[in-house]
Amino acid sequence: MIGAIQRLGNRSVGIVEELGRMTVFVAGVARTLAMPPYRLRRIVDEVYDVGALSLAIICLSGLTVGAVLGLQGYYNLARFGADGSLGAVVGLVLVRELGPVLTALLVTGRAGSAMAAEIASMVTTEQLDGLRMMSVDPIDYVVSPKALAMGIAMPLLNALFIVFAFVGGYLVGVSYLGLDGGQYWTSLEEAITVADDIAGSLLKSLVFGALIAVIATYRGTTSEPTASGVSAATTGTVVTGSVVILVFDYVITALWGV
Amino acid sequence: MQSSPIRDLIVGLFVVSGLLALAYLTFQVGGLSLRTRGGFTLYAAFDDIGGLKTRAPVSVSGVKVGQVTDVELDDWLRARVTLDLDPGYELPIDTTARIQTSGVLGDQFVALEAGGGEDMLRSGEEIEFTESALSLERLVGKFVNDAGLEED
Repeated sequence: MIGAIQRLGNRSVGIVEELGRMTVFVAGVARTLAMPPYRLRRIVDEVYDVGALSLAIICLSGLTVGAVLGLQGYYNLARFGADGSLGAVVGLVLVRELGPVLTALLVTGRAGSAMAAEIASMVTTEQLDGLRMMSVDPIDYVVSPKALAMGIAMPLLNALFIVFAFVGGYLVGVSYLGLDGGQYWTSLEEAITVADDIAGSLLKSLVFGALIAVIATYRGTTSEPTASGVSAATTGTVVTGSVVILVFDYVITALWGV
Repeated sequence: MQSSPIRDLIVGLFVVSGLLALAYLTFQVGGLSLRTRGGFTLYAAFDDIGGLKTRAPVSVSGVKVGQVTDVELDDWLRARVTLDLDPGYELPIDTTARIQTSGVLGDQFVALEAGGGEDMLRSGEEIEFTESALSLERLVGKFVNDAGLEED
């Protein structure tokens, strides 16, 4: 009985310690981002890795998600004779919910995992220690540019995903199912407002980007210096990242209604 | 990592296309306008606006000439609707504003019908003649009532 409580206490202290280390880590990243040198070169390279290389998967996924929303929306709205509102349904669902969440999940799988694996293998091959020996802060040189690149790329990828999904919905709803194109765009544009929908979408994608960046880089730098450590960091990033995104999505929607 | 001009170009293209998508969502889809559109504003008070919302279109003879920018209650508890019209149109002073529905269950919009007056409406003035939204329930209720009266 006492043993069980002891284990619970031990576990709780462990969780608090872990959160503390994570906070110190995040503070370190924020400090190196705020202070010179700004390492523009490194940031551009990382934006290429995170953003430009994710373009293909984001655009393709956006197109298919928009197309399937067009199909589902059309068939289910037609039951109520409201298939004219297809644009509004596609637009609202994408901007408020599916755009930020699906983009974040895709980026976690494509770029977050790569980020964690890269840093973890640098830990394994003692490259981070090498940087420290040359008195280069690995957080400043390796971690911060990656984290910032994620924050820059996520809202842009989100916007591209949504626009491509609009086109996907248009292709299915208008070109394939024969709805009126003008009505599709009019109902879409009338349903969406900047203050509620677009700003909320941006807020979500910024929060998700920051979360993935922190999780991926933290899991990478704290990984065991072994081969299994690299795989554990990669898996952990994808699993924790995906769950945290979905939880925060609910919290943001519940708190601010976006 | 070696710096490469091609990679820089791709990153630049990515950022530009992302910002363009964002701008499209904000200004075209979201309907944010940075400047006043140079058009003119009219007001119209209705007894019942039904389901009219902001950003609903305003049309003359079916042609869209502006949109609803605000709906509020005036001092006499009537619905005061602000109409933002595109520049270049002139409407006579005896114009009628009517709330209509596109299709049977479609969205509602404000239809303006020009009268034959000599003077023109100026920006900020109120349209005097208005017709409220046609309520399906009220219509059915009226029909049932009338039928009941005739039987007596």
